[in-house]
Amino acid sequence: MPGPMGKAPRGVKSNVKNPGKLLARTLGYILKSYKIHIFVVVICIFIGVLANVQGTMFMQTLIDEYILPMLGSSNPDFGPLASALLRVGGFYAVGIVSTYIYNRIMVNVTQGTLNQMRNDLFSHMESLPIRYFDTHPHGDIMSVYTNDIDTLRQMVSQSMPQMLSSVITIISVLVSMIILNVPLTILTLAMVFIMLMVTRKLASLSGKYFMEQQVNLGKVNAYIEEMMEGQKVVKVFCHEEKSKQQFDEINNALCESANNANKFANILMPTNAQIGNISYVLCAIVGGILALNQIGGFTLGKLASFLTFNKSFNMPINQVSQQLNSIIMALAGAERIFNLLDEKPEVDEGYVTLVNAEKVDGELRETTKQHTGCWAWKHYHKADNTTDYIELKGDVVFNGVDFGYDDKKIVLHDVKLYATPGQKIAFVGSTGAGKTTITNLINRFYDIQDGKIRYDGININKIKKADLRRSLGIVLQDTNLFTNTVMENIRYGKLDATDAEVIAAAKLANADGFIRRLPDGYQTMLTGNGTNLSQGQRQLLAIARAAVADPPVLILDEATSSIDTRTERLVQDGMDKLMKGRTTFVIAHRLSTVRNSDCIMVLENGRIIERGTHDQLITEHGKYYQLYTGNLA
Amino acid sequence: MLKTLAAQVKEFKRASVLTPCFMILEVIMEMIIPFLMASIIDDGVEKGEITHIYTVGACMVVVAAIGLFAGVMGGKYGAKASTGFARNLRKAMYDNIQTFSFASIDKYSTAGLITRLTTDVTNLQNAYQMILRMFTRAPASLICAMIMAFSINAELATIYLVAVLFLGGCLCLIMSRATKYFQQVFQKYDDLNASVQENITGIRVVKAYVREDYEKQKFKGASGSVYRMFIKAEKILTFNAPLMQLTVYSCILGISWLGAKMIVSDSLTTGELMSLLAYCMNILMSLMMLSMIFVMVTMSMASARRVSEVINEKTDLVNPENPLLEVKDGSIRFEHVNFSYRKGSKEPVLKDIDLSIRAGETIGIIGGTGSAKSSLVNLISRLYDVTEGAVYVGGEDVRRYDLDTLRNEVSVVLQKNVLFSGTILDNLRWGDENATEEECRRACMLACADEFIQKMPDGYETYIEQGGSNVSGGQKQRLCIARALLKKPKILILDDSTSAVDTATDAKIRKAFAEEIPDTTKLIIAQRISSVQNADRIIVMENGTVHGFGTHEELLERDQIYRDVYESQMNGSGDFDQNGGDR
Repeated sequence: MPGPMGKAPRGVKSNVKNPGKLLARTLGYILKSYKIHIFVVVICIFIGVLANVQGTMFMQTLIDEYILPMLGSSNPDFGPLASALLRVGGFYAVGIVSTYIYNRIMVNVTQGTLNQMRNDLFSHMESLPIRYFDTHPHGDIMSVYTNDIDTLRQMVSQSMPQMLSSVITIISVLVSMIILNVPLTILTLAMVFIMLMVTRKLASLSGKYFMEQQVNLGKVNAYIEEMMEGQKVVKVFCHEEKSKQQFDEINNALCESANNANKFANILMPTNAQIGNISYVLCAIVGGILALNQIGGFTLGKLASFLTFNKSFNMPINQVSQQLNSIIMALAGAERIFNLLDEKPEVDEGYVTLVNAEKVDGELRETTKQHTGCWAWKHYHKADNTTDYIELKGDVVFNGVDFGYDDKKIVLHDVKLYATPGQKIAFVGSTGAGKTTITNLINRFYDIQDGKIRYDGININKIKKADLRRSLGIVLQDTNLFTNTVMENIRYGKLDATDAEVIAAAKLANADGFIRRLPDGYQTMLTGNGTNLSQGQRQLLAIARAAVADPPVLILDEATSSIDTRTERLVQDGMDKLMKGRTTFVIAHRLSTVRNSDCIMVLENGRIIERGTHDQLITEHGKYYQLYTGNLA
Repeated sequence: MLKTLAAQVKEFKRASVLTPCFMILEVIMEMIIPFLMASIIDDGVEKGEITHIYTVGACMVVVAAIGLFAGVMGGKYGAKASTGFARNLRKAMYDNIQTFSFASIDKYSTAGLITRLTTDVTNLQNAYQMILRMFTRAPASLICAMIMAFSINAELATIYLVAVLFLGGCLCLIMSRATKYFQQVFQKYDDLNASVQENITGIRVVKAYVREDYEKQKFKGASGSVYRMFIKAEKILTFNAPLMQLTVYSCILGISWLGAKMIVSDSLTTGELMSLLAYCMNILMSLMMLSMIFVMVTMSMASARRVSEVINEKTDLVNPENPLLEVKDGSIRFEHVNFSYRKGSKEPVLKDIDLSIRAGETIGIIGGTGSAKSSLVNLISRLYDVTEGAVYVGGEDVRRYDLDTLRNEVSVVLQKNVLFSGTILDNLRWGDENATEEECRRACMLACADEFIQKMPDGYETYIEQGGSNVSGGQKQRLCIARALLKKPKILILDDSTSAVDTATDAKIRKAFAEEIPDTTKLIIAQRISSVQNADRIIVMENGTVHGFGTHEELLERDQIYRDVYESQMNGSGDFDQNGGDR
């Protein structure tokens, strides 16, 4: 990929703890599906390097054995030279072919590995518990898919093959140089040593400023983000000049550090190049003297070859130090990728499943028929090898439930709750009282610390999570829509729903009206979480989605954001229709919802402090009464 | 477009000129070295003159030293010019954004502006440095090496000319085809990542409907197509390296064969042959480099376009000549006002609005979503300009006032409001830089914010995180009201600013307004009838027109919409819990 020529910030210390192990794991991951590919690639790189080196070696023989003997000959025979050139050309051809082969294979290896990795990441991510998403910023998870995969791409497709070919080149060139002349080799190595020392010095300087630049860049980004978000407020308060001044300050600081970081990084290349040139000159002078005095059988041809080696020795050494750095950076990304892959998925030890059923002679039987309108829990008892069928009704019982997002802080205390089928249970209470938390326990987004939750008399831990959730419909406070048509977004509730079913559900939810007014009706594409829809319209879609799923139990989280009165009435009406005949848990924010509930739970600090019908609670003159009348003491 | 960008080089012109000069100097020094090498071999080694080797060797060291100096200076000035250029670009954009009208802010989304100021500028900085350093270095190196080769032996050097044309043509073909594919792939790749993002934010929905497998299948399909497209695009690029090798190797073989013949026939020396071979790499590597720079620069063109767009955006709201610097009183009058956000759009947002509001009145505004309540009030402080008709404040057309004067006297609490990172006092002082702590407290008391501020551990010194994430929605709204009050405006506009405040506090704030700032004209947009029913008069908006304007009682009697809303709210679809939207 001709990606941005991202300069690997040299000398930036990475925090990878165990690079060796990580590298091994990354290689293992690649080798898992590409053993033969990699084997061929290594062979091809080897051949490519050898072809190149033999070409350089030929320079020596070209002058010494073919050109010099012909000098002075009145009738020079070009035959040997021609055949030698043909031989070398043959080697070159093999080299070119193998270069193509390994490049071509690497495309498949790189992209295949990344594709595999993306799929693994996504599959694994889907299996992770909600807790993971609560405790990890979404930006960080996203960056694994984008930044980390991208750096890994660079490592697999560029750094690793280049590293390999550089190392092979270094070794073969070194061997060739030693064969040609030992003292000159030592001289070359000494110069390489100086080069490495200079590199280290400059890299650490550049690295220091690079870190500074990253910090300043972060500051500038944060400032820009904040001010752009509040740009309208800036205008309303005529704060433009002041905000310009502040921006200038941090902008200048960024420029300063970026300048330094770039400066030292830029100096590195010419410096090394000139040290290389000096090494070349020194070798030329020393080699010249050696050849002139014929010390150790050193010849002019040999000097020519040696000088070419000298030049081709410095290049890969620079490359190795450069690639080493980007490999370390990529390993930091690999670490984050593997961390995500190592996250423990949601455990599901449930074995009670949900099956279609029908009633024959008053007895429940499992059936292969679809949509019987009757569901049953299939409960297999291991002890006596029998299977029970229990009708799905929507009977939910909490008994002494304690819960905390972590073990240290319990947010729900001793919650007791009974909901008989068809009942409507409302939760009220201030923010943070634990309303949403309770509903998250019913569908086992979280597992409880103590107590029991029974669903139709079965401990919910015994129910398979997927089946449990399938029996529950949820309308969340924030509606999440997917990039797809309106039709498909509603169908999300039941994938095999027909168009007619979807439209019927939309009608029930009062969403049909506005959908028909959209430019393409039900086929309108929604993008960016439905930004082109109003809050109220999005909610209507969420209700329709729950309606098409047609679950026996509903969990509703009423939205609090202000929607205009008419849409609100539609939403309200849609919700009411949806709730009819179903056991419903509703986190209520509206008076009418609360008043029409069969039972109201008043929560405070994770405890249910009052319960009863509206009339009962009003006469109690407790917290509910205060909330209802707005008379806060 | 490029002219706009070039104008931002400003004080870094010198560095921008010096960089390529030093780069060329470095290249020339680099080119001389193989030339001197030839001299060492031919005149020194072959003729056995050791002194010649020393003198030429010394020359080479000097040349290398000059090369080093030029390289270092080139690097230094290159960094200075490019980072300075980036700084100027950011500054130019940022400064211009400050002059943006609301219309322009709407046009560029917040996220769009952030990308332009960050990623796009970084792209341009890298491209600029690349152009200054490599874009001069590579062609210079190519040309110099070519000249040197030709001066050594024109006949042999023609091989290089052929090679350059061949390789250049091939690279052009490869790159142009590859960039086309890559643009497609990156689009698809972005889509793929967008769908991952969607899955992360919507994970509760996915899990609640047990759609994990469905999503996995969907993702696999999408990622598979990205994979295939990447292979297709990169397949083209795999020809690069072997092509390069083919050309280099052919040159070496060709030069060796013809060179040998020439040496034998005495028209070439061995030293010259070595030099020629050394230039081979120089020439072809620079060509390769050139093609890469070319791709990179083309890719940064999109960034250049986006950046210059922001710099060139002209605000459509300008201060008048000889502006009025004082607002007489808080009276407001709309005269036949038509307004649409975009010029030439068919249906105006506001249609023929005629209104007259006296100074000191309290006006409630109510109406459904999209009935243009916000648009109406935004015209008063000239956040947008009317399309037709005129808006008068204190008896004068708002377009005759100095913008700062007008906006200081007409204080708006926006619907989507933000607090900035800093202490509560810092935030409050946006309203009045020189406000004393006492004045700030008084404003907070009026806005019913003092009570919760006092309860915070650090009181008025409490640090507000970016975006006000550590205060609740209702608290944020009250702080924003207090901030607006500190301006001591003649007109105060609350655009649905108490939606997250509970009913009782809402009433308290309104009561405080009526008692403490009776002379200020107050416009209150609300969803709740209770928030507006005690106002002097109420405007009912419907589809961009004033449907009714009068007191609560009058409207109940005359206005169908008002009565509907009133009845539905009284029948209990109001808010229940005291912290309504506190999340």
